[in-house]
Amino acid sequence: MIAYGTRVVGGVTPGKGGQSHLGRPVFNTVKDAVRETAAEASLAFVPPPYAADALMEAADAGLRLVCIITDGIPAQDMMRVKRYLRRYPKDQRTTIVGPNCAGIISAGKAMLGIMPSNIYARGNVGVVSRSGTLGYEAGAQMKALGIGITTSVGIGGDPINGSSFLDHLRLFEQDPETKAVVMIGEIGGPQESEAAKWVKENMSKPVVGYVAGLTAPKGRRMGHAGAIISAEGDSAAEKSEIMKSYGLLVAPSAAELGATVALALARGR
Amino acid sequence: MDIHEYQAKELLSGFGVAVPPGGVAYSAEQAVYVATELGGWHWAIKAQIHAGGRGKAGGVKLCRTYQEVASAAKALLGATLVTHQTGPQGKTVHRLYVEKAEPFVRAMYLGFVLDRKIERIRVIASAEGGVEIEEIAASRPETILQQQVDPAVGLQAFQARELAFGMGLNIKQVSQAVTMILGCYRAFRDLDATMVEINPMVVTKDDRVLALDAKMSFDDNAMFRRAKVTEMRDVAEEDPREAQAAEFGLNYVGLSGDIGCIINGAGLAMATMDMIKHSGGEPANFLDVGGGASPERVAAAFNLVLSDHNVKAILVNIFAGINRCDWVAQGVVQAAKGLRVPLVVRLAGTNVEEGRRIIAECGLPIISADTLAEAAHKAVAASRGPA
Repeated sequence: MIAYGTRVVGGVTPGKGGQSHLGRPVFNTVKDAVRETAAEASLAFVPPPYAADALMEAADAGLRLVCIITDGIPAQDMMRVKRYLRRYPKDQRTTIVGPNCAGIISAGKAMLGIMPSNIYARGNVGVVSRSGTLGYEAGAQMKALGIGITTSVGIGGDPINGSSFLDHLRLFEQDPETKAVVMIGEIGGPQESEAAKWVKENMSKPVVGYVAGLTAPKGRRMGHAGAIISAEGDSAAEKSEIMKSYGLLVAPSAAELGATVALALARGR
Repeated sequence: MDIHEYQAKELLSGFGVAVPPGGVAYSAEQAVYVATELGGWHWAIKAQIHAGGRGKAGGVKLCRTYQEVASAAKALLGATLVTHQTGPQGKTVHRLYVEKAEPFVRAMYLGFVLDRKIERIRVIASAEGGVEIEEIAASRPETILQQQVDPAVGLQAFQARELAFGMGLNIKQVSQAVTMILGCYRAFRDLDATMVEINPMVVTKDDRVLALDAKMSFDDNAMFRRAKVTEMRDVAEEDPREAQAAEFGLNYVGLSGDIGCIINGAGLAMATMDMIKHSGGEPANFLDVGGGASPERVAAAFNLVLSDHNVKAILVNIFAGINRCDWVAQGVVQAAKGLRVPLVVRLAGTNVEEGRRIIAECGLPIISADTLAEAAHKAVAASRGPA
């Protein structure tokens, strides 16, 4: 991260305040760190039992952005974190990216995450993906075709995400450097369908869609409660159809992500 | 993680949910003994498996004599039940729950679920319960009662009352139903459940509100703080290969094809399986080795995949971020010695050159591929044997 040009100004580990690591100061609390360094964003690797606490601490310290890599955070903890964020007015509210994600990279500028940075070229396509490794796949395929990215965001594969496809599509729509967006979904949950509908209604830039899991085994489920609330659009095939119906250009396979982006850029919207 | 009905009832009754008296039995003798201990004249003998639809599949038997209890228990223990939630292979019955039968006049539905869309717990109820609840929800959605729980304050009594009155209960029944609804909610919250379902929730002939059946599922990610729930795990209900995979931190699901898959990341794993299908093959499994693919994990992954005797070729697809291709390559080379099927390896990402060099120089007949498409094509070709 430091080698890539990210301005890392310090770290937080309770009990290690006053020490230094990689030549940067370490603080006991996020508030101390923000006061001393004026940091605006943080990358969290806190283990699952303590992750919700760390996210709330970051939000209360006024960080604009927190990216959380941790995999395995209890769903009810994330539910409480999301509720906690609503204490703050919208314009001061922390954006959480993740959990269970690879992070964020703005090619050639900075990264906040664990992705292999050399697979991305700088360019004009935004990428937002639930899967970390499929996001890498998209970045690498595009680079091989001479297409670069503005920013690639992994929103994570957990049932409750800090931020959604829609949150990031909105940012890409506002970003003057981004000319097209790739959105990579997975089976389960309503996010992809909601985002696709928003694209149709609000987006001026072309969007390429892909949903992995056409051959995925049907999830086993006990009871009926899940089936009652999830009306439609859970499977990869259904999600791909919904994306098409809202005008997204859907990549026929994960190996054609790059080629489909090239087509979208040539075609425009 | 799922638990059995009798375990769910034990947990829920600790939160004030009224359930019929009952006991677990592993043999016909135990079943009869439980029935004598319970007393009364009628008992329900219920097969304990992690699936719904047991009644329709013959997994619940009403008995009037101890003799009937014994023969019902004998018939059910060891039997395989096939319901719409077990899959065609069904599930074998190892445990029974013997319960005092409660004659009831009304059957209703009560469910709690973690709703991803609203990111809250949603409570669902219906004045009609039993097996047809999904059809009712589809054909008459307006009859389904719902409440959302604000995580900051939890489910409120008025919300439970609205549901209970909505179910058409009288005032005496409403107060019992409110106790049940709030009890289920507290169990959901305090035990990190992802689903609690009472179906049917009944009004007995003598005007009591009881949970006649109960199902609970839990958040695997929260089990580090739920020792009591973890003790209720029944490994006999789990696919042995999936359970073995979980011990190594791997996520494995067996499928019916012949190309074994070892991949990092659930999304890339599914995309690779789709790609195999796209290239004319069939994946034998889903396997996500996760972030830190150490040589031990890679070896465990190979063992798992090879334990499926349908496997005719293996495809390893690793796009390394936090892990490193050279580590993965070392693990792959170790595991590939003496392999009985062709192996296709695609490495990308962190330290890819070093990883590819290790594969190229190991002297084993490993087929390497640079891209996802190439890897899938080569794996499909390899699974068909030498041309």
